[in-house]
This record gives sequence, C-alpha cells and structure tokens, in this order.
Amino acid sequence: MDAIKIENLTKYYGKARGVEQLNLSVAEGEFFGFIGPNGAGKSTTIRTLLGLIAPTSGSASVLGLDIVKDREKILAGVGYLPSEAVFYPGMRVKDVLKLSADMRKQDCRETSSLLCRRLQLDVTRKVEELSFGNRKKAAIVCALQHDPKLLILDEPTSGLDPLMQKEFFDILRERNRAGTTVFLSSHILSEIQRNCTRAAIIREGRIIACDSVDSLSQTSARRITVHGSVALDGLEGIRDRADSEDAVSFLYSGDMNSLLQVLAAGRVSDLFVSEPDLEEIFMHYYEKDGDKA
Amino acid sequence: MTLIKHELRQGKISFIIWTGAIGVLLAVCIFLYPEMKEQMGNIGDMFSSMGAFTAAFGMDRLNFGTLIGFYAVECGNILGLGGAFFASLCAVSILSKEENGRTAEFLLTHPVSRVQIITEKLLAVFMQIVSMNLIIYVLSVGSITAIGEKVLWKELNLMHLAYFLMQLELAGICFGVSAFMKKGSVGVGLGIAVVMYFLNLVANISESAEFVKYITPFGYSDGADIVASGSLDGPMTAVGFVFCVAGVVTAYVKYCRKDIQA
Repeated sequence: MDAIKIENLTKYYGKARGVEQLNLSVAEGEFFGFIGPNGAGKSTTIRTLLGLIAPTSGSASVLGLDIVKDREKILAGVGYLPSEAVFYPGMRVKDVLKLSADMRKQDCRETSSLLCRRLQLDVTRKVEELSFGNRKKAAIVCALQHDPKLLILDEPTSGLDPLMQKEFFDILRERNRAGTTVFLSSHILSEIQRNCTRAAIIREGRIIACDSVDSLSQTSARRITVHGSVALDGLEGIRDRADSEDAVSFLYSGDMNSLLQVLAAGRVSDLFVSEPDLEEIFMHYYEKDGDKA
Repeated sequence: MTLIKHELRQGKISFIIWTGAIGVLLAVCIFLYPEMKEQMGNIGDMFSSMGAFTAAFGMDRLNFGTLIGFYAVECGNILGLGGAFFASLCAVSILSKEENGRTAEFLLTHPVSRVQIITEKLLAVFMQIVSMNLIIYVLSVGSITAIGEKVLWKELNLMHLAYFLMQLELAGICFGVSAFMKKGSVGVGLGIAVVMYFLNLVANISESAEFVKYITPFGYSDGADIVASGSLDGPMTAVGFVFCVAGVVTAYVKYCRKDIQA
C-alpha cells in the first residue's frame, strides 16, 4: 500500500497557482524527499494532504484513506512538523504536549519525556519564551510523541543547531527502520541526499523529476576543472562556468570528444573530472529552460 | 471536552477582568442608590424632562426614583453594554484567533473534526457567558439586599434574562463573523456591539425608527420597556433568536470548508 498517493491534484488560490496536475506516490516505509524552491507548491501539497486546504480538482489518499472524506482518520496516523511552529501563548511546553496528546486521546507521556530528553527540551518553559530552535523541538515532540505511521516534515531542521540536527535525523532513521514512512520537504539537499531513498523535485506547481536519490544524482553531465590555458569558445554544452586566475571550472553536458579535442589543443597543467553533486543538479532542474542534464 | 477546557483556560484572564469590572461597577451603582434616593425628588424631575436624552435612556417610561427604575437604567448601561462587549469579543475572536495567532495549523492537524472544534468552541463561549451572568446576578441580588431594599424578583429576573438573551444573540452573530475573519476581528466585534447599542438609542428617540428595535438585541433588552410592560417582547426576542441561530449555522457552514492558509 502507498503511504501517500496523489493523483492529478490541482489547487488554485483564486487565480493564483498552488499546484497543477500533481502526481506522486510514496510507498510505505520509504524515506522520501520533496525538494523545490520557495513558492513551488511544497507547502500547498502538504497542506492539502493534511486537509487544511481543499483540492480544486484531483484526489489524494494518505495511508489508504481519502484526504477529503477521512481527514480525521488520516490525522490520527500522521505526525506533522510545520516549518514554523506556533503555539498558544501563556502555555508551558508540557501543557502544549499534553494538549496535543489529549486531542489525540492518547497517553504519550513515556515517548514524550524520552524525546524531550534526547532533544534537551525544557518542558517547564513558557512557549513564548522559547527561541526559534526550541520551539522547533517542541513541535518535533508533538509530531513524534504519538508514534505516527507517517511523518510529514516541512523544513524540519531550520533553527536547529548541528548537534540537534544530527540527533533529530538519528531519531528519524530509527523511526524509519521501525517502519515509519517519512516524507521530508526541504531546501537542504545534503539532508535529502544523506537520508532519503527517493525524492521528487517540484517546480512551479509541477513535479519535474521523481526517482531514487541515486539516479537523480546520476547524470551524464560532469564537473570539469582545467588548470592551464584552453580556448573553450565554441564548445557546446557548457554551463555554470567559473573562471579563476589559472583555472576554469564548468558543468559539461556536451560531446566528450569535442571537449577532448579542445583540451588537446590547449596547454593543460591539471585536469579534474567529477560527477556533479545533487546541489548542481538541483540548480539545473530549477533553471527554467535548463535542458536535461 | 479537551478543547472546551483549553478555551476556558485561554479565556480565563479576559473573563475575570470583564466579570470583575461589570460586577464592581454594578455593585457600586447599587450602593450609591440610598444616597441618591434622598436627593431624588428633584433629580427625578430633572432626568425625566431632558427630552430626547430622557427618551434615549428610557427615563420617560420609568421612575428613576425607585430602585427598580434606577436599576433598569444603570443596569441597562453597565451590564447591557459591558455584557454585550464581553459576549461579542469572546465570540468574535474564538475562531479567528487561531488563524490570526497562527495556531490554526497546530489545532487543525490533530484528529479532531472541524465540526467538533466549532462545537466545543461554541460551548466554551456559551459557558463563559452563562457564568458571567450568574456571577453578576448573584452580586446584584446580594448588593440590593445589602442596602436594605426589597428585591423585585419578577422585574429583576426578566431584565437579567433579557440581557442574557441579548448577549447570546450578539455572540451568535459574532461567532458567524469569526468564521470569516483572520485579522481585526476584535474591532469588528466591538463595532457590532456599539452599532447595535446606538441603534436602540435611535429607536428610543425617534418614533419613525421604532422598527429598528427588531434589528438590535438591545431592543428587547431595554430595561425601561421591560419594567414598564412587565414582560419581554415576544416577536423581538424571536427575531433575535433567529439572528443568533443564523450566525451559528453560518459559522459551521463556512468554517468546515475554509482553506486554512499558512
């Protein structure tokens, strides 16, 4: 069964586009990455899945349940971490955690205190006194304390220091190994590359690529760095060129033989050829008229 | 139940301040009465001969020199206006504050249906209004007894019932408004209460604006009319009830379909 299945989902805010004809499926037990620039429709997709907004057309199911008809049943099995968590002023962290557990009609005290200890969260503090990072920790506990089957995380690491980020991803990986599906929306590619098995890239409301992280990273394009002097003019397939005093670096997706001829004609003191990292591919996908790398 | 408890806790300070303020003002007024009564001979004539002003506050229809007449005017202005403000504010912010304070995302991603959220929030508003009225009622009866005046139960009960119904009507309307609002709901709530209050003053002054009394809940909760007639105006109260229900139904219809933006 798919943990998330989205079919032809379209959401318009009046005339403004949210997402268009979105198709996506995430299998149970996957650690799935969702990448895209601001305003691409990541949050719109997530908010639709959670029933905060209603789709204009198309359908989606979460944990095998319809997002419109079975909203409450879905939410019972989902843990959601918003990109910016806001709580009721005047409440202490422990009251917020209790309120969240009560609304789920569950006793989460054991898991909750374990999580608070691991994330070093002081539950006696008032929520309005918390720093952004600490508020995030409280939101993480809220999202995890009821042991959900599916975790939906929207930019989860913003505000967390590196040590906490590590602890957080350790927890996520443990949960994932125990069977929890993780849907991670993020800007930070290294996060996706390190943790996710599959990922989708969204741009301007449409999924433009969806594959395993390994194959997304695999591409015929190469990062070429040449030391010495070569005349690159006239060579096709060069992007992202950066010139320095003695070297030139660029992303090359053209014909290898033409490149070798050009290099042979110049004076090369050193040469590096490497696979571009996901970051570079990501940038490529984002470029509006970028051709397939 | 969880949300009702949560809402009552969230609204605690506001509840204490409003109930305290209205209660203290009302008690102070009642305790001032014995002193005023001695000088009332002249004042009563004065109050009843101020033309439009007299009519606006209903002082042409009742005797300011008796406790119940005094109470109807004072009560009408303290509990009437204060209660109306409290009920309106309480109801108008109860749904909208979630989006305004950006807590809607937290609330609505828990497995609680929107119908249940609306119902529990509505009950929380209702319970706060009921509690405030009960406390004020007890304070009022206590104060009247304390100054050694006889409590005219029928008039007093009718007046307090009318104020209570008026607050429920305003709360119902404001609850409906709350479902649409995101920001600035407090202003709208106060605005509704104030406009309704002044509509009643206009209706009292001008014969041709008499029909306005059917629109404003202050129409059937005018202390002067109640004391003078010894009953509530049936049709006006019924219209008010319809407004209240319409507001609540609107809230359910709107909020169940509302897109909650980030």
